[in-house]
Amino acid sequence: MTQSTEYDAIVVGGGHNGLVNGAYLAKAGLRTLILERRHLVGGAAITEELYPGFHFTTFSYALSLLRPDIVQDLDLVKHGFLPIEMPSSFAPMENGDYLLLGSDEDENVQEIRRHSKHDADAYERYEHDMSRVVQVVRPLLEKAPPDLWGKTPEDAAELADLVSHLKGVEPKVLHDLVRLLTGSVADFLDDYFESDILKGYLASSGIIGTKVGPMSQGSGLVLLYHSMGEHDGSYGTWGFHKGGNGGFTQVVARAAQAYGAEIRLESPVEAVLTNEGRATGVALADGTELSAPIVVSALDPRRTFLELVDRRELPGELVENITRFRYQGTSAKVNFALDGLPVYPALRDRIDQYGGFVNIGPTMEYLERAYDDAKYGWYSSRPYIDGAIQSVIDPDMAPPGKHVMSCFIQYAPYHLKDGDWDTERDKFADTVQSTLESFFPGFGDLVLHREIVTPLDIERTVGLSEGNIFAGEFFAPQMYFFRPAPGWSQYRTPIDGYYQCGSGTHPGGCVIGAPGKIASQRILRDLKARDATAPTARTNLEGSG
Amino acid sequence: MVKTTPFHPRLATLNRTGLWSHWSGHLSAQKYDMSSKHEYFAVRNGVGVFDTSPLFKYWIRGRDAERFLAGVLTRDIRKCRPGHAQYSVWCDDGGYVLEDGVFFRHSDTEYFLTAARPNLGYLSDLAVGYDVAIEDVTDEYGVLAVQGPRSRAALAALAPEVESLAYFDHAAAKIGSAAVRISRTGYTGDLGFEVFVPADDAVDVFDAIMDAGRGHGIRPFGEEALLMTRIEAGLLLIDVEFGSSRLAYTDQERFTPKELGLGWMLRGIDTDDRAFIGRDAIRRELAEKTSRWAMTGLVVDWRDYDRLHAEAGLITPKDPIPLPWESMLYDVDSGDQIGYATTLMYSPVLQRHIGLARLQPQYARSGTDVHVEITIDHAYQRALARTARQPLFNPERKTA
Repeated sequence: MTQSTEYDAIVVGGGHNGLVNGAYLAKAGLRTLILERRHLVGGAAITEELYPGFHFTTFSYALSLLRPDIVQDLDLVKHGFLPIEMPSSFAPMENGDYLLLGSDEDENVQEIRRHSKHDADAYERYEHDMSRVVQVVRPLLEKAPPDLWGKTPEDAAELADLVSHLKGVEPKVLHDLVRLLTGSVADFLDDYFESDILKGYLASSGIIGTKVGPMSQGSGLVLLYHSMGEHDGSYGTWGFHKGGNGGFTQVVARAAQAYGAEIRLESPVEAVLTNEGRATGVALADGTELSAPIVVSALDPRRTFLELVDRRELPGELVENITRFRYQGTSAKVNFALDGLPVYPALRDRIDQYGGFVNIGPTMEYLERAYDDAKYGWYSSRPYIDGAIQSVIDPDMAPPGKHVMSCFIQYAPYHLKDGDWDTERDKFADTVQSTLESFFPGFGDLVLHREIVTPLDIERTVGLSEGNIFAGEFFAPQMYFFRPAPGWSQYRTPIDGYYQCGSGTHPGGCVIGAPGKIASQRILRDLKARDATAPTARTNLEGSG
Repeated sequence: MVKTTPFHPRLATLNRTGLWSHWSGHLSAQKYDMSSKHEYFAVRNGVGVFDTSPLFKYWIRGRDAERFLAGVLTRDIRKCRPGHAQYSVWCDDGGYVLEDGVFFRHSDTEYFLTAARPNLGYLSDLAVGYDVAIEDVTDEYGVLAVQGPRSRAALAALAPEVESLAYFDHAAAKIGSAAVRISRTGYTGDLGFEVFVPADDAVDVFDAIMDAGRGHGIRPFGEEALLMTRIEAGLLLIDVEFGSSRLAYTDQERFTPKELGLGWMLRGIDTDDRAFIGRDAIRRELAEKTSRWAMTGLVVDWRDYDRLHAEAGLITPKDPIPLPWESMLYDVDSGDQIGYATTLMYSPVLQRHIGLARLQPQYARSGTDVHVEITIDHAYQRALARTARQPLFNPERKTA
């Protein structure tokens, strides 16, 4: 049976970008429908009670990149937005020592001096240099990349803006920017530091979610990306959202609904409907057809271009670019329900080390060797682990005295050379657990429940192709002008009225929300232009925030 | 020699910073860990404990206690039943605020007062002729504020009485062998309680509360975190929003309850027959609308604040530690000075720079645009801000 409903815009996918996009469109007065395949919104930013009383951040588990302007524009505080800054970062070492950094810079200097007196001021210099680079890049996160090939005066003006922005940048800062965009984390950090633990800790941000090792060219870009966030004005700082990242997406969903957006769960979209090169609506898997002149895909580029629409409607060059867009997810998660906090022997009587990230990546060599396994098609025998025990500072995550520990794992390549994930999942989780056991003796005895999330699970559950957590690798040829393909980085598609707003568009993933917002601005501008040429059109735009 | 509070043996161990301020002659932790922001988050997400023992404490007892206080206090204490508490100010004959405090009514004839300043002499002098005895018991009790969304769950494990305590109620309870009084009060604007404990039992009660809170993210918080929460909660602080009229040199330094935003305390005073110190002046002020000031919340426009810093090439600072100076406020059109922010901070839960503002009354209506003076690169700049109804942060759980 087919029933028809009229909307101004339909957003396919209720992940954070779909929700942000839908919220902005609804705020601007569009009758907006957000369609989510699963029984809950959030995409890869969800919190689930998988074991009674224990709330797991199944996939994404922390916030930093989220654009502050989105929080303000959408009045998210009113709907429960509550980020909690992580008080510490803890990096255990294989010799039993550790690096424990907190919010006080002076105390951090002393902690670093324990490991290297040389690195104490180097750390201050490094942080400042990174901030300078981030200052240059952050404005670029707020708008669409200029269309280098565009021919309109607007395109020329946008390009001129970019050039003038870069022209104002000091030579050292611009050079640092290019070194980060093109070089390796190892080279960059070696220029500052001698301490292995400090380098291991910092380098970890250069590999997250990406199939590179710290010694790979290109890891610098990943480090830079992860440094572009802020928490309450402090660059590169991370926080938990109250109730996990699922708590965050619930907030955005409430905001979207408050602006009038409708959210439909368990409504997988089969195809985007088109007529003579124009989007006309969507068809759901159950055959329902819903009509709207605007359809926005929050899915990744592969599904946006190759699955939701008939690729024969697209230019061959775009299809080719999207086909070779790299996903190759290499991240997995193992989440634990714990009977108590792990014990780190050198800090036996303390718990303050568990307020934020627990970074198992003690040296760059450790990380690189973990990468080596993946390079040859297998998961790391001694993996990098980014642990986070949110229940330490957010007691609502677990019963009193108990804890949830989210563990992000690298490397776990989507394509296993001689095996498959369904067979390997438990052995993989055992590898993770035994690595944790080696740093936290007795860890295994604390485990009440564990949740294993392989790249294949990410793909199956969330729909991210090959389990890539950023909806496409953070490689230079896949960023900015080229995300997801040259000529299509401005959220439009070759199909009129069909837009993209997922993390596969600029700036990218990491719960930044910017793709959803910038795409909405593009859509609203296009609608205004269309209304201007067709005065009978009935969109009633109040303007975007 | 500075004094220590009954909880000090434990707090001294917990304070990793070595930073103490002197509060009413007692050591009081500024913060326990290097970042007070995380102590603040404990109050907003879990549970925090704050040692509020340096407050002056008085028993006011006697057959005439109610009649006596009704004639001194600006707010009508007769409406405070036993088992309830009331925040009130008291004024001088000119209708200017002398001080504020919380009165806990224990019975028909017994009140317990906590106040920031010593008051025994003043109150005793006024009590001549009344059947009332006022006793300074400041050193005999420790007071531990247990604040935050998990405060009830943590305390209920020790004293189930807290489950049924309504906002500003108090009840006797036992924690271990100690006889305590627990009130549903605090200075954070959150769900919270204060535990009054005989000094000799303070350490045991402290240990019990910390144990009970362990699964709820409990941690001690210091003065910095307290100041953040009180601004969000819109609560006045003596020597910041006002000083005692008694110690003022000019009327500019004096404020009436209405001018402090405490107009709600004055309900009914223009008609009822209760005579109290300052009544005539206050009635005149209300009738003739001569209030010089109004207090309001202030929310800085984030976009303008960002813009000013970005134009200077700076990263926008978002520091939750309240500024200790007065930031001038201006009319957006005329540029005239119209008041000042008594304090400004970045609120992590509201994600905005906020403050408490003292403004000429015509600007106080919620949503009025004003300019607030801030310093950027050693120069004064004016950022757009908007008045807002207090409290700026007011979770349901506070009174639910």
